[in-house]
Amino acid sequence: MGFLVKNGALETKKMETKAILQEKFPSKEVLLDLQNLKKVYPTPNGDYVVLEDLNLQVKKEEFITIIGHSGCGKTTMLSMIAGLNEISDGKISVLGSSIKGPGPDRGVIFQSPSLMPWMTALENVMLGVNQVFPHGTKKEREDICRYYLSKVGLEGAFDKRASELSQGMQQRVGIARAFAIKPKVLLLDEPFGMLDSLTRGELQDVLIEIWNKEKITAVMITHDVDEAIFLSDRVVMMTSGPRAKIGDILPIEFQRPRSRKAVLAHEDYYAYRKHLIDFLEH
Amino acid sequence: MKDAILRTLRFLGLGFLEPVVRLAAGEDSKKNTIEILKKIVAPIASILLFLGVWYTGSKSLFNTEANYTIEKARKEQGQVEADKVKACIESGDLSCQPNTLPSPSQVWASYKLLLKDHNTITADKKAFKLRTAALNEKRVAQGKEPIVYTGRPSFVDQIKTSIKTVFAGFLLALLIATPIGIIIGLSETLRTSFNWLIQILKPVSPVVWLLLVFMIVKTMTKDATGDTSFIISFISVGLCSMWATLVNTAMGVSSVDKDYINVAKVLKLGALQKIFKVILPASLPLIFTGLRITLSVAWMVLIAIELLAQSPGLGSFVWEEFQNGANDSNSKIIVAMFVIGFIGFLLDRIMLTIQKFISFDKNEGI
Repeated sequence: MGFLVKNGALETKKMETKAILQEKFPSKEVLLDLQNLKKVYPTPNGDYVVLEDLNLQVKKEEFITIIGHSGCGKTTMLSMIAGLNEISDGKISVLGSSIKGPGPDRGVIFQSPSLMPWMTALENVMLGVNQVFPHGTKKEREDICRYYLSKVGLEGAFDKRASELSQGMQQRVGIARAFAIKPKVLLLDEPFGMLDSLTRGELQDVLIEIWNKEKITAVMITHDVDEAIFLSDRVVMMTSGPRAKIGDILPIEFQRPRSRKAVLAHEDYYAYRKHLIDFLEH
Repeated sequence: MKDAILRTLRFLGLGFLEPVVRLAAGEDSKKNTIEILKKIVAPIASILLFLGVWYTGSKSLFNTEANYTIEKARKEQGQVEADKVKACIESGDLSCQPNTLPSPSQVWASYKLLLKDHNTITADKKAFKLRTAALNEKRVAQGKEPIVYTGRPSFVDQIKTSIKTVFAGFLLALLIATPIGIIIGLSETLRTSFNWLIQILKPVSPVVWLLLVFMIVKTMTKDATGDTSFIISFISVGLCSMWATLVNTAMGVSSVDKDYINVAKVLKLGALQKIFKVILPASLPLIFTGLRITLSVAWMVLIAIELLAQSPGLGSFVWEEFQNGANDSNSKIIVAMFVIGFIGFLLDRIMLTIQKFISFDKNEGI
């Protein structure tokens, strides 16, 4: 087996998650920092507070997933990090500097693949690469795109139009597009939510394989408890809205690289699963 | 081979010929025969039915008109004169035929007559050119204007003029409406501030546009020697027809899928890149729908505008024939009606084919 559990005693960790995490990664700096984040939507019946006092620190090269009930504000939070949604109060900073609007330092993989259907797979990836590496030659930029498209298993489909690709293949292009711009943070908004379970499993493998190479700090929203355990270093559980905040954080201690089979067979797997489901059903 | 033919046919909008090709290729003969009955025989039957109704209708109108004429002659001039009129009508003499809806065969005869007339005029023109070639060379060498043919235009010449006018007008509409539509679509402020103007100008009648253009062009071309009636009619056509494109373009640009806009934002695309790589391709289907409407509106108002502006073309042809009141005038008008309808249909098909060709969504438009 390719992995061990560093600390079997799950119960003790639940108590003081933050403190333990700081001990566990003393050398790693905080890459993404959310401080006292607040989001208010004005309505005719007064303000609706979606998020309040939300604090979250994500370390460099960490993969965290966020779970919570539908409508609790997960997507709102993610789009605020992406810069697509205004911050009502508080602060979001990447490597110490606060964000101002959207930018290619934060790559996003959307729930729907959001490819331009009139472009080929390669052109879709190029769209971002052209922005990030404007000084490279066209050949260099194309090579970058080809590399990432091959990494997600699309060697034969470079010149296929996005509209001709299946949903799963389109989302592969979406993954390649996000990694190819080499962002500091990768934001994933339920990227596999619209796929059937077989394709979903395949794409989780594709994602984690490319992530193992690139180690880009990632924040991913999911509804799928198994997906969260398989992919992440920490699972962040959000309370139900309004005024949603972080309810609990569960560190997943499986060593990387992980294999799905080994994770499923591990003795702690069901304890993790029970913890998450208990929280969601609470 | 078969598939290539089928694809070409479908692309040209001739998909109804598909079962013939399949039958010729030896595919499922029963199914394809039924398809042929449905897609080819039934439409032909409908054409025959149409001709039949037309024939019966014109016959009965002819009889009513003839009886009235005979009765009138009897009352006013007596039986002898009435018999004379009756004999004249029955003999088929052109000078005394009742003036009413012409029958299909009369229209066909007029169509052939118009073609013959066209050939005569073309020959005449050619002869004129040959005759004046040497003289014109001399005149040009002396710095004088060459002599040009000033004879009556043939029916085909009128069609050509009309098509030229409609394309000039369409081009004008395209050049004005698409850029403005894009700009208005991009900015909500502009959209709300100019909406009233668009809503008010959109329903204005072609006649009023013509008069407005006439007021302006007349003054602006005081010193010019060129063909002002052409300028007036094509500008009016453009102004009448551009609204569909303007509104559709603005709508298409303003309603681009939010996902695409988000991608453009996250990748921080520059304004020009965002417009040309994301917004325009995404709104192309709607822009093209607008252009299709514009072209058909342009063709429709063209006839009315030519008629009023006294500029040459099918519209003035129809009007002159109506004023002329000769024996075959009515059937010539009907010929013009079919030609107008057919060209309008053809223009729409051309636009549809172009739209299919450049739009990313291959299922768009019927």
